[in-house]
Amino acid sequence: MRRIPVWADVVLIPLINLLLAVFVSGLVVLYIGESPVKAMRVLLQGSIGSAYAWGYTLYYATNFIFTGLAVAVAFHARLFNIGGEGQAGLGGLGVALVMMAWDWPHWALALPAGIIASALFGAAWAAIPAWLQAKRGSHIVITTIMFNFIASALLVYLLVNHLKLPGSMSPETPPFPPGAHLPTAHEILAWVGVKFPKSPPVNIALLLALLAAFAVWVLIWRSRLGYEIRAFGHSEEAARYGGIAPVRIIMLTMLISGALAGMMAVNAVQGEAERLVLDSVQGAGFVGIAVALMGRSHPVGVILAAILFGMLYQGGVELEFEMPAISREMIVVIQALVILFTGALDNMVRLPVSRLFHRRGRGGGRAGAGGNG
Amino acid sequence: MDLDIVLQLADSSVRLATPLLLACLAGLYSERSGVFDIGLEGKMLIAAFFAAATAAVTGSAWVGLAAGLAASLVFSMLHAVASITFRGNQLISGVAINFLAVGMTALLGHTWFRQGGQTPQLVGDARFHAIELPGAARLADVPVIGPVYAEVISGHSILVYIAFLAVPLTWWVLYRTRFGLRLRAVGENPAAVDTAGISVPLLRYQALVITGILCGIAGAYLSTSMNAGFVREMTAGKGFIALAALIFAKWRPWPALFATLLFGLLEAIGIRFQNVELGGIGTIPVQFMQALPYILTVVILAGFVGKAIPPRAGGEPYVKEE
Repeated sequence: MRRIPVWADVVLIPLINLLLAVFVSGLVVLYIGESPVKAMRVLLQGSIGSAYAWGYTLYYATNFIFTGLAVAVAFHARLFNIGGEGQAGLGGLGVALVMMAWDWPHWALALPAGIIASALFGAAWAAIPAWLQAKRGSHIVITTIMFNFIASALLVYLLVNHLKLPGSMSPETPPFPPGAHLPTAHEILAWVGVKFPKSPPVNIALLLALLAAFAVWVLIWRSRLGYEIRAFGHSEEAARYGGIAPVRIIMLTMLISGALAGMMAVNAVQGEAERLVLDSVQGAGFVGIAVALMGRSHPVGVILAAILFGMLYQGGVELEFEMPAISREMIVVIQALVILFTGALDNMVRLPVSRLFHRRGRGGGRAGAGGNG
Repeated sequence: MDLDIVLQLADSSVRLATPLLLACLAGLYSERSGVFDIGLEGKMLIAAFFAAATAAVTGSAWVGLAAGLAASLVFSMLHAVASITFRGNQLISGVAINFLAVGMTALLGHTWFRQGGQTPQLVGDARFHAIELPGAARLADVPVIGPVYAEVISGHSILVYIAFLAVPLTWWVLYRTRFGLRLRAVGENPAAVDTAGISVPLLRYQALVITGILCGIAGAYLSTSMNAGFVREMTAGKGFIALAALIFAKWRPWPALFATLLFGLLEAIGIRFQNVELGGIGTIPVQFMQALPYILTVVILAGFVGKAIPPRAGGEPYVKEE
C-alpha cells in the first residue's frame, strides 16, 4: 500500500468514513418519512445544546471509553473481543456484590473497591475465552459471543433468584448504601464553585475513564508488555521467534481487555443506577467495537469516538421523544454503518485517497511519497 | 422414558435443527471458499423479517420466502463487496452486518407495523404448514416404524425437507462437480486456482450467493414456518451456534447434519425439561436450560471433540500477484 500522510490516515479517512455513514443514515431517515436535517438538529440540540445535555452525553461517553478501550487493547494483539457486553455485565455483578457486602462509610473507600471488583469480575469473564483461544485455538469471536449469552442468563438467574429484595417484583438489587454513592459532576463542580445541573448522571467515573485511557497509552506504547502485544499483533510468527510466548500475551491482553470492559460498571452501576438492574450494560459493550474502530485503537481516538457515540445515544433519546417515527434502533443502524464504513469498507475510501496523494506527490516532485508500495 | 416422549423430542429436534442446518451449510460454502462469515446471524434475521413482513402483507408464504431470499442476498453481497472486492476485515464486516440487521429490522418493523418491532401474526397461506407425507396415517399403526415415520419424518413444512435435501446436494456439489473442486481449492490455495486461470473473486462471489440463499431460507423458516411472525432478535445466536456446528463438523456436509441435529436435540431437551425436579439436586433453573446451547457451543469449540483444521486461506483477502 502506498504511504499517505499521517493526518490523512487519522483524520481525513475516518472523517470521510463517518460522513458516508451519516449520509446513509440520512437516507434511512428520509425513507421513514422524516427530515434528516431536522433529525440532525434535534440530535445535536439534545446532545450538546445545554449543560444538561452534555451531562448525559458525557455519562454515555464514559461507558463507551471503557468498552472502546477494551476492544482497542485486544485489537493491538489482533484479538477481536466481542464479549464486552458480558464482561461489563459481570463487572456490574462484582460492583453490586461488593457494595452490598458492607455499609460503606465514604465514597473514597467505595470507589477503589468498586474499581477492583468490576475489573476482577470483567477479567474473569474474559479469562475463559482467552484461555480457550490460547490453549485450544477456539475462535475467540464465537466464544466471547457465547459468553455474552451465558452472562445474560446468569445475571437473570442471580437477580431473579438470589439478589433481588425478597418480596419485590422487579429483578434488581436493593439500592446500595449511601456511602457507596459516587460524586456526580454537580457535586464535584460545586466544590470549585461551578454550577452544573443536578440530574445528569455524569460522575467521577469520567475521570477514571480518562485515566484508564492514559494508562492504556502508556501500556501499549511505553511498556515492554505493550511492545510485545503489538509485536504479537503484527506477526505471531515473528513474535514467537523473538521469544514472546503467545499464551502469555493472549491471556494478559484479554484479562486487561475484560477488566476495562468490567470497569464500565463503576460508571453505570455504581455511579448511575446505584443498584444492579437487568441489562445494566444496554449495548455499550457492542458500541465499544464501533468506538475502537473509529478511534483507530488509539486512546485519544477512542475518547473522541466515545463522545461522538455519547452524543448519538443522548441525542437519540431526544430524537425518539421529538420525532416518534424514528425509533431508538436508529442508533443501532448508525452504529452498524459506522462499523461497516470505518472497519469493513475502509479500503473503499483509502485506495482512492492514497492514489490522490500519490499523484499529487509525484506531480509536485515530492520525495518519499511512494512509500513501499 | 416412554416412546411418546422420545418421539416428541426427535420431532422437535428436527424442527429446531432446521434453521441451524441451513445456516451451517450456508457457512460451509462461504468458509470453504475462504471467506469467514460471522454475519450468518444477521442474514437470517433480515430474511426472517422480510419474509414475515411480506407474507403478512401479501398473504403468501412463498412471496415472503422470495423477499427473505432477496434481503439475505443483499446482505451477503454487502459482505462480498467488503471482504472480496475491498479486501476488508471479514470479521468486522460480519459484525457490521449483524448490527445492521438488528437495527434495520427493529426500525422498519416500527415504521411499517407499529407493534413494538413485531410483524402481524401470520395466518393461513401466509405460513408454511406441515405436510403429511404419503402413507403416514396408514403406517401409524405399525409398531416402531409407523410412529417414527408419522411423528418424526412426516408432518414438517416444505422448508424442513428442503434443508435436509440440501445436505446430499451440498455433498454432491462439493465432491462431484467442477465448481465444488474449485471451491474447495480456492479456500485452501487461492494462488493455485488463480494460476489455473480461474477467477478467485468470481468463485468467492458465487459461494456467497449460495450462502445468501441458504441463510434466506433459514430466516424465512424461522418467521413463517416455525413461528407465526417475526419477533425482535428472534435468531438469538443461532447463526453463531451454526458456526460452532460447522467447526464441529470440520466443514463437511454430512457431519454438519449430525452436528446441527445434536444442537437441535439439546434445545429440544432444554424446552421439554424446564423446571423438572431432579432427585436430590432440586430443580434446574430455567436460565440454565436456556444457556445450555451456548455453553455446549463453547465446550465443542474448546475442541474436546478432536482437532478441527479450517480451510487454510480462510479470512485472508486474496491479492493477485503482479
